[in-house]
Amino acid sequence: MRSTPEIDAQTGLTKLAGYPFQIVSWVDEAGYPVSVAVAATLDAAGGTASFVTPTGFTVPTDRDVSLTGSHIRPQPGYGYDERRHVTVWGRVSGSGTVAFQARDAWGWDEAEVPFFEYSERSAPQSRKYFDALSAERGTPVKPKLSFGFLTLRTTRLPFLTATIIPVLIGIAIAATRGSFDLVTALLTVVGASFVQLAINVSNDVFDTAQGADDANVTPTQFSGGSRVIQYGLVSFRQMATLATGFFIAAGVVGLVLLAISGSTALLVIGVVGFIVGLGYTAPPLKFVYRGLGEVAVAVGFGPLMLLGAYVVQTRGALAWEPFVASVPIALLVALILYVNEIPDRRGDARAGKRTLPVRFSRESVISGYNVTVTAAFVALVVGVVVGMLPVPSLLMLLTIPMAIQVSRGLKPNYDDPYGLMAVMGVNVQLHLRAGLLLLVGYVVVLILGAVAPGLDLFLG
Amino acid sequence: MATMPAPVAELLEAALVGELTVVDGKGRPVTYPLIPLWDGERVYLTSSTLFSRKLEHIQKNPKVSLSITDPIAVGGRTDRATIQGDARVIADDPHGGWERLLPIWEAKEPSIVMFLKARVALPLFFERALIEITPRRVLYWSDGVPSTAPAAVDLAVMSGEAA
Repeated sequence: MRSTPEIDAQTGLTKLAGYPFQIVSWVDEAGYPVSVAVAATLDAAGGTASFVTPTGFTVPTDRDVSLTGSHIRPQPGYGYDERRHVTVWGRVSGSGTVAFQARDAWGWDEAEVPFFEYSERSAPQSRKYFDALSAERGTPVKPKLSFGFLTLRTTRLPFLTATIIPVLIGIAIAATRGSFDLVTALLTVVGASFVQLAINVSNDVFDTAQGADDANVTPTQFSGGSRVIQYGLVSFRQMATLATGFFIAAGVVGLVLLAISGSTALLVIGVVGFIVGLGYTAPPLKFVYRGLGEVAVAVGFGPLMLLGAYVVQTRGALAWEPFVASVPIALLVALILYVNEIPDRRGDARAGKRTLPVRFSRESVISGYNVTVTAAFVALVVGVVVGMLPVPSLLMLLTIPMAIQVSRGLKPNYDDPYGLMAVMGVNVQLHLRAGLLLLVGYVVVLILGAVAPGLDLFLG
Repeated sequence: MATMPAPVAELLEAALVGELTVVDGKGRPVTYPLIPLWDGERVYLTSSTLFSRKLEHIQKNPKVSLSITDPIAVGGRTDRATIQGDARVIADDPHGGWERLLPIWEAKEPSIVMFLKARVALPLFFERALIEITPRRVLYWSDGVPSTAPAAVDLAVMSGEAA
């Protein structure tokens, strides 16, 4: 993969014409490059240029000569922007005013290839550099990050909110029904977090193995994986070991909780969760590669997490309320994946990862978002109206403006991965804040239950 | 080391961007816009490992030139210079070795410190090598016009070093 798009000689000359002057360069008799600013006359259609030989020099006709244009816009107090440059190579003939016959070109314009994409496309060059440095020194030389930053990046720790929110809601619902145990509550949070960390890391392992992360040249802080393997920060083997370690840790905590609760339901939830989590990217299931990633995420980070936490607290008792409460959370967490897949869709398509944004048109994907996010809030309201959810859970409706903000941001930024970053950020916050408000609703139920025991907070 | 002509040193200090030209494996010039960092004796440039092809070229052929040509990048000055010299790639510590030049870099691009604090977002960009250029010959156009012959100063001869 080239780090910059192909530029033929004619295109190079066309671009060169946009610069106020050109820099002619050649290698002199002593072997040093010489560069002189000139005003070239450019004929892009003819693939030629001409310029007056700079005084005091002879431009050689027996070797390649280049014409370069370079531009920045100074930004005092910041640095500069509007970076672009182009170089066209060719041969000159004649003397005095010499004729330049263009042959090939190279360049970069950050208005065409954003810096982050340019950097991403150049990651293989960095790997090549470190490989050469390692061979030269006879010992592995790798790029580095501080332990804290590396942990943050490798595990995608900030996304743990997707787990913690439904687990806390499940615990809170159990508490409103008189079941709460601090030790098992903490163990549930820890175990569920291990599950998500295992999924996050194994996701990178399987996406790398199947070429999806390598094919993605427009990752963002919300999409495209952690990239630690692609950047050489952590080896594939280390990531596989880490994922295994997290799965084992999650399994151990799960077994402890199973022993404490003695719940068959928890066993079923755990087994289904393991299959959904691992099968998210791992063959043969590969849910996300089949357009089922959203369903897997909704099930895993909605009902399974919420009901699992509830069942631990109630020692195996199941109920409809935690399931109904999990529906809006499940839909909103699925929408995090759904929106994050939008900037990844070209790379995903190349890697055969047939996500929903790969399969469907822009209009369909945006409509899909609108329908689903509406369904999340409707599910909440219906849950309250039919008396399955308490009235204070309606606090979650306060996040509707955020949903509108995401919806409105999708269309103008659909083809701009970096413009979409802010929209993805709001979408992540939507799930977080909606979940927190639902949690606050249950805390209100708990408090009112303590101060006004007779007060009925359910309709119907 | 001979003294760099004062106007050229001023250009180096002012320039937000210069054009580094190296010689590739086919013997042709390849030009890269980079921030020149002048410490009063040598010219330094830094290159991310992401864009390290130039480093490969320099390691095979250390003869380079650095041009300061863009009036916009030097605060409106119209004089121009090309410095020919021998380059050396310093890659002892790609993670932090280059940071000794951060104060000079920051003076030209203040935002770099902000980006460095968030290096977790773009870790490979901040894995860097230094390019140290020992100037050998300076071509200086006081009027910046190619129809005027440049003043040529041979720094190696002035300092008594072998060219």
